[in-house]
This record gives sequence, C-alpha cells and structure tokens, in this order.
Amino acid sequence: MDKKLKRVIQLFVTFFKIGLFTFGGGYAMIPLIQKETVETKKWITDDDILEIIAIAESTPGPIAINSATFVGYRVAGFWGSVAATFGVVLPSFTIILAISFVLNEFQHIKAVQYAFEGIRAGVLALIFKALWSMYKKAPKGAVSYVIMALSFVCVAFLKINVLFVIIGCALTGLISSVVLRKKVQK
Amino acid sequence: MIYLELFLTFLEIGAFTFGGGYAMLPLIREAVLLHGWIEEEALINFIAVSESTPGPFAINIATYVGNQVGGVFGSICATLGVVLPSFVIILIVAKCYEKFKESKTVKGIMSGLKPAVVGLIGAALFSLLLTVFFPAGVSFAPLATAGFWVSVGIFAAALLCAFKKVHPILIILGSAAIGIAQGYLL
Repeated sequence: MDKKLKRVIQLFVTFFKIGLFTFGGGYAMIPLIQKETVETKKWITDDDILEIIAIAESTPGPIAINSATFVGYRVAGFWGSVAATFGVVLPSFTIILAISFVLNEFQHIKAVQYAFEGIRAGVLALIFKALWSMYKKAPKGAVSYVIMALSFVCVAFLKINVLFVIIGCALTGLISSVVLRKKVQK
Repeated sequence: MIYLELFLTFLEIGAFTFGGGYAMLPLIREAVLLHGWIEEEALINFIAVSESTPGPFAINIATYVGNQVGGVFGSICATLGVVLPSFVIILIVAKCYEKFKESKTVKGIMSGLKPAVVGLIGAALFSLLLTVFFPAGVSFAPLATAGFWVSVGIFAAALLCAFKKVHPILIILGSAAIGIAQGYLL
C-alpha cells in the first residue's frame, strides 16, 4: 500500500482510539495523545507535544480538535489532519447521538427525573472545580483581576453578549501589553 | 433554515472559545437559550451526560443540541460547525508556527482572554446555580423546603469530592443516588 495512505489510515485509527477512551475531554486527552503518538508510533517528540499545548491554548476551539489537526498535519499533511480530526470526533458524535435518543425516551420516568435533580447539584461542583483550575492557570496581576471581575459582571448582571465581552477582553489584553512594552522600552 | 442556523451558531462558538473544556459553556449557554433550543435544566443534565461519556465537551454538546433541534442531520451540521474553525486555524498555524509562537500580538490577546474565560465561566456557573437552587426565581421560599437543603448538601459533598480528585463519574452516580432517594423518601 502507498506509504502515505497507510499513515493517513493509521492516524484515523489512533485518534479514533484517543477519542473513544478519554473522558472529560480537553487536557484529559493530552497524556493519551502523548502515549500514542510519541511512545507507540514515534510520529512526533515530547517537544512537539509541548508546542501543541501552547498552540491549543492560544487558538480557538477544543484542545482535542486542535491537537488532532496539528499532529495529523505534521505526520501526513492535509489529508492526515482530516483523518485525525475525523477520527477524534467520530466516537463522541456516535455515542452522544445514541444517548440523545435514549435520554429522550427515558426522561419521563420518575426515577430518572429524581436522579437528574440530584445530578444537577453535583454537576455544578464539577464546573466549579473546572473554574478553579482555570483561575489558577490565568495570569495574576491588576489588569487580569479587573478583566475577570468586569467580564463576570458584564455577563452575569448586565446581560451583555458573551461574544462582545470576549472581543473586548482580547483588545484590552492587546492594548495593555503594548502599553507595558512601551513603558519597559522607556 | 434550521440546519444553516445550527451550523452558523456552532461555527461562531467554535471560533470564539479559547481554552478547552468548559470555556465553551458561556457561549453555548447564551446561544441555546437565545434560540430556545434547549432549557437551562436540560443543559445542566447534559453536562452530566458529557462528563460520563468519552470525547470533548464541545463535540458532545454540539451533537446533542443538533439532534434535539434538527435530528441526525442537525447534529452533523452543529458538530461540523464547532470543529471547522479550529481545524482551519490550526492548519494555518501549523504552516507558519515559528512566526505564530513569537508573535507579541498573539501573546497580548491571550493575556486578555485567559482571565476573561475565568470571569465568563464564573458568570455561567452563577446563572446555573440560580437555576438549580431557585428554579422558581430568587426568593426565601425554597429555604423552607427539604429539597433545597438536599441540593445544597449534594453540591457541598460533590465539591469536596471533586477537590479530593474523586472521579467525576463517581460524583455523578453518587448525586443521582441521593436524588433518587430524596425523590422517593421525602
């Protein structure tokens, strides 16, 4: 078989596995990606993994998609990135589609409704935990705290469109970094 | 046309969320509520489902909302929409990685976006808390019901477990069990 085609197929299979076996998504996926692509397949190096994390953090979209596209492109060009991305998406797409139908059928059962009443309170704790780890990773400093507080107030109380807040914060970060750089130069 | 609307809405969500996991929650919450696609309670229920199934949250929620609104083809449109921006952007970045890595503009923008994500998830969590604990609007009335305090208890216990690194699926199962017990006993 054509060597490139073989790699494209391998990429699809590998990322299908990664998509199938990571729960929670996001950073939970990184260790498995590292194991499969660096240790098993030797497609990329540990340095590449660090690069991928850095890129994934500063580009939009889910980390799983970002890293699948990036690794796929590195290993086998455009079609590699298509295969890897398709592979990582397919398991969760299929599973959720199946669950959606089941969920709609079972939602009317009393026990299921009670279960979800409990679950809703528990899930909030999981989101709180995610919020806490994002807070720890965010830059510390006056500008950063002001942005956190303002974006919270704008959306929670003033009901300003989330998209506007994101664009506003991106501009604030850009402008404040330019101002800081000028100060350092002087 | 609903399919185009699903595709474009999730395209926007995919293009404007930075950082993985729940970074997408604020935009998704706003979009589904604004379009009236699913209710806030159903959204929280689904977060629990997403935590207990493999794959990234972004793909899971896109597939679910797509299916609820427009069936299987709807879920394809939504998933494609949420994946496409990061796919295209990573392809571009992979080609000129060195320039991207050193870019002061990108660093500046990220210094504004990282704290913004914290504030935005905080705002989403705030509104979800209100929905779960005060489903009929904020008042003192629920404080006299046992259900309210059971929910608070589940939230507190789940929070403790989450920070003790108990697996999310166990937390969800535990919350479900307490929910069922409460439903039949109280």
